[in-house]
Amino acid sequence: MSSGMLRQMRPTLVYALLGIVFMFAAPHVLQLFTIINLTTAIALAILALSLALIWGYGGILCFGQVAFFGLGAYVYTISAINIGGSTWAILIAVLLTSAFAAALGYFIFFGRVSDVYLGVITLTVTLIFFSLIRRTSGPEYKIGKALLGGFNGVSSPPINLPWDARTFLFPEQVFYVAMAALILCYVFAGWLVNTKFGRVCVSIRENELRSELLGYDVRLYKLGIFTIGAGIAAVGGVMFCNGVGRITPDVFNLYNAALTIIWVIVGGRGTLIGPAGATFALFYLTSALGGQSVLNNNLVLGVILIVFVLLVPKGVAPTVIDWVNRRRRKRPVRSRRRRRSRAEDAG
Amino acid sequence: MDLVVAVLFQLIYVIANLALISLGLAIIFGMMRVINLAHGEFLMLGGYTVVVATNMGINIWVSMLILAPLVVGIIGVIVERLLIRWLYGRMVDTLLATWGLSLLLVGIVTSIFGASTATTVSPPLGAVRIGAYSASGYELFLILITIALLVAVWMTLRFTKLGLLARGTMQNAEMASSLGVSTSRIYMITFGLGAAVSGLAGGLLAPMTGVLPTIGATYIAKAFITVISGGASILAGTAAGSVLLGGINGIFSFIAGSTFGEIALLLAAIILLRLMPRGITGRFFRKSL
Repeated sequence: MSSGMLRQMRPTLVYALLGIVFMFAAPHVLQLFTIINLTTAIALAILALSLALIWGYGGILCFGQVAFFGLGAYVYTISAINIGGSTWAILIAVLLTSAFAAALGYFIFFGRVSDVYLGVITLTVTLIFFSLIRRTSGPEYKIGKALLGGFNGVSSPPINLPWDARTFLFPEQVFYVAMAALILCYVFAGWLVNTKFGRVCVSIRENELRSELLGYDVRLYKLGIFTIGAGIAAVGGVMFCNGVGRITPDVFNLYNAALTIIWVIVGGRGTLIGPAGATFALFYLTSALGGQSVLNNNLVLGVILIVFVLLVPKGVAPTVIDWVNRRRRKRPVRSRRRRRSRAEDAG
Repeated sequence: MDLVVAVLFQLIYVIANLALISLGLAIIFGMMRVINLAHGEFLMLGGYTVVVATNMGINIWVSMLILAPLVVGIIGVIVERLLIRWLYGRMVDTLLATWGLSLLLVGIVTSIFGASTATTVSPPLGAVRIGAYSASGYELFLILITIALLVAVWMTLRFTKLGLLARGTMQNAEMASSLGVSTSRIYMITFGLGAAVSGLAGGLLAPMTGVLPTIGATYIAKAFITVISGGASILAGTAAGSVLLGGINGIFSFIAGSTFGEIALLLAAIILLRLMPRGITGRFFRKSL
């Protein structure tokens, strides 16, 4: 890794370090119930991260990111039941989901479907999954040894140690795995957007025509980042069904699809930490709302979405970063540093 | 022979059903390039209007054919004034805002009526005999009313002053407004009309499906696919999309069950969009309404 990239990734690495501290501190401070709940939130944060990557950096408005998340969870569960161990199941889940995304993406990007249609198509795919899997409640719907279970879903076998199918992980150990997965995905995404590939994706987001005229195959880059995003979402799905213990068709419903969009909007497009942070915040908000019956969850989320689209379209993290930058610019320290760097350039 | 007629009837019903749930969306999309993600909720509100009105003792025909479109049309106009008109030209934001609206409407209806199925109304017509088979008279009625609705929209666009202004705005909004047409008002009226048609569809379908706050989700996937596959022309697009996708859905449902019918519908739509990214009317019948 070059020193230039290290400098660009400094904020990412700082947040990752904070994450590692949290990962080792949390089980000593928090109760087991909270830890199990947190595992679910972490899985959802990975999902938010995947959408932050492809929407915020790739400019691909995917309304059905939750389809890849749910597909990953279902593939993991079904293959873990059939194989009798989680090691290969995780790999199969990520690869198969990416392959599905690549196939879907081929039709979308090579058909040059515009962004708005793309959102609607991906949403439609998600809803079709929802209605299809809901109908698989009979004993005739099974894949290998795994019954699909229709509306009630399938219970997921817990993760075991690699290549040791008899040593299952306990809930607090699953927490470590999930947190590690989140941090790895975060650093990976942070690295990816700083590579040449990532920069080309950002340039496509900014101006598709110009990037194409510069000689980049826009379709291929979009397909690439879309597929990678789906793979990350599948990792989230695997963690999710481990945290919850089962997977039901409800992951594919409209509410969850909307939730994913809301995390990214609230957190801010064009950042990675914003959507991940917003996921935790909104996860606890909706949990708290679940405890009372005056305000309906749908109602609150609908209002949040409308308010952010109309009033804070950039989202929280970019707004805060802008504000901090503006304040910093006012201080004289900044100008001194700038003078120094100019001297360096000259020298 | 009777079997052929019965199967054909069922096929036509699937197509008409698709056209009915998509038409309101197509009007709004075709006119202002706004994809209304709250479309399913407009249908849902139409259904609730019928249920509430019939429970209050109003005649079911009056509540289906008059009250449902009226109520939802008014809601549509309010929504357009408060939310949509700030976002014209910003397609992505419109999508997101209407999605927020969709959640909001589900939330409000759940708070008022509860999350479970409201008291249902039963289809007001009996069975029709086709030789040895019988078909639902209400399904026949839905087919006829869908045709009537398509004809009415066509007549409005083709022969009225409003239709002329609307078509002008659709083709070139800037030109229309420099010729003195208040495009803002045209947009408001079209959005209201689209919402009213959605409300009517929701009201008509309520006796078949019952009503739930989240029932919109079961319609919108199909409605979106139909409208997008159809393309930008309101009537030709809806008709072409419904015939093609409804036909495929109906045939595969007949052969392999309704689950496979839906898979076939989706696959057909995705392949269609790969071949014709602007929908059927982006390539054929371009000059149609």
